[in-house]
Amino acid sequence: MRALVNQRFVTLAILAVVIAVLPLAFPSSYYFRVASLVWVSALAAIGLNILMGQAGQVSLGHAAFFGIGAYAVAIGPTHLGIPPWAALLFGALLSGVLAYLVGRPILRLKGHYLAIATLGLGVLVALVITTESRWTGGPDGMPVERLTLFGWRVSGSYTWYWVTGGLLLIGTWIALNLDETPTGRAFRALHDSEVAAQVVGVDVARFKLQAFVIAAIYASLAGSALAFMNGFINPDQAGFLHSVELVTIVVLGGLGSVVGSIVGAAVLVTLPQALTVFQEYEHLLLGLIIIVAMIFMRNGIVPSLSNLLLRRARS
Amino acid sequence: MSILKATDVGISFGGVKAVDGVSFSVNPGQILSIIGPNGAGKTTLFNIVSGVYVASRGSIHLADEDVTGLAPHKLAARGLSRTFQNLQIFQRMTACENVMVGRHLREKCSLLPALFRTPSVTRQNRETRAASLALLAEVGLKDAADTPAGSLPYGACKRLEIARALAAEPRVLLLDEPAAGCNAVETEEIDHLIKQVADRGVAVVLVEHDMKLVMKISDRILVLERGRPLAEGTPREVRDDPRVLEAYLGQHGAREAARA
Repeated sequence: MRALVNQRFVTLAILAVVIAVLPLAFPSSYYFRVASLVWVSALAAIGLNILMGQAGQVSLGHAAFFGIGAYAVAIGPTHLGIPPWAALLFGALLSGVLAYLVGRPILRLKGHYLAIATLGLGVLVALVITTESRWTGGPDGMPVERLTLFGWRVSGSYTWYWVTGGLLLIGTWIALNLDETPTGRAFRALHDSEVAAQVVGVDVARFKLQAFVIAAIYASLAGSALAFMNGFINPDQAGFLHSVELVTIVVLGGLGSVVGSIVGAAVLVTLPQALTVFQEYEHLLLGLIIIVAMIFMRNGIVPSLSNLLLRRARS
Repeated sequence: MSILKATDVGISFGGVKAVDGVSFSVNPGQILSIIGPNGAGKTTLFNIVSGVYVASRGSIHLADEDVTGLAPHKLAARGLSRTFQNLQIFQRMTACENVMVGRHLREKCSLLPALFRTPSVTRQNRETRAASLALLAEVGLKDAADTPAGSLPYGACKRLEIARALAAEPRVLLLDEPAAGCNAVETEEIDHLIKQVADRGVAVVLVEHDMKLVMKISDRILVLERGRPLAEGTPREVRDDPRVLEAYLGQHGAREAARA
């Protein structure tokens, strides 16, 4: 037990050091921007990983909640006069409520059927965002008012690097907290055997719903952060491709591994930037790298590598 | 006074009556065994009683409350716990964590304290782990506490399931072939464990193929054949019942046994 507590703090400490030290190696503000994108994607992926890796339920429409968070901070201040920070909270609340309402019926579905239902949710939300152009600016997107906190105007890649880094630390801390609690154990139990979880008293429907709501709120907050950071938002952020990207981050990094989601996000956000030198072959190479990574690291990057290290250490 | 009572329970799957008009009752501290040839409906009956299947007829009463058709987790909250014939272990969790999940109903489980890991959550975790380790010791799995359950041998998984079921502190415990895949020594240990549990006042319903074990520890035995009740009584009564011998050994075998 003691070892577990320490492990949690060690993970957090390492992450904090990485966030703090990384800027020393950054030659330009562009790097701060890319790193902030990694932190934001990682935050959304950590939430999705609670749903997918812990509770074992898939969501192929998770960008919907990312989009709701993003558009909440765009629409709230612009059209409704809500302060930006309140719009962020409102977006998270809205995402949570939507996840709760939609999750109740669709989380009864299993496997592929759940995948299709969540896919439908994602498509639906993206469609609403694209067509309600009076509110959302339609396919062209809309500008987002800058976030001001207690008179402090949060802007610039440098500032956002630290804000998103801080958010990621909090998100990581909460996800690590959850693991070794009755709730976290209930998630993992229903993942392995629903019927066994039920007969020891786990209300499976309730816990699936909790995981779905938590994952939705994570995605919503990440979406809000990205919208503030970019000062602009378009429907792609809520679209199917973004949902797939989030799932890819979770699976590539390692299902059930919090650190894996961060590593997965780092790989999937920075790799396309690094591959731009190959111009038209960029996507081809990205796809190839992901395929090869999944063949050689079946459990995802972090679990596979840590297993390998453990085996080395033992032999 | 019976704690668990099934009355005229039946279920059909696509016209096949898997369980048909079965009744039984069991008192606190009693051990009732349900035996019968393969396909007699024993596990199906367990699934009905534990809420995994909903009976198409009949009723189940738990401590005088009609619990027919209630979901498994609600039955668990009313003191019913079970193990599975085909293992249902939480493979990716350690042995200890498996048992800790068994204590789910004994734990406070609110979301916000869990997310922020309040001191009360940490304290409760420590208590749950201690209680779980004690149960693991009881079934002889103390040394395997931090082993991933998926890598435990079959017999150990069987005992782990019993520990998990006991962790809920049930009033009624359904054991589906607890001694399957266990060697003689392990069977002896399980025999001992079941008696201990019953002595604490828990009503035990047992499905088991090991007749030596069944005859030794049961207070009453219910024999099923093709979903129907064939005989019920004390181990001695059941053993001497010609209909039971026939169901198990066939007509010819029964005659042979009668002659012997």
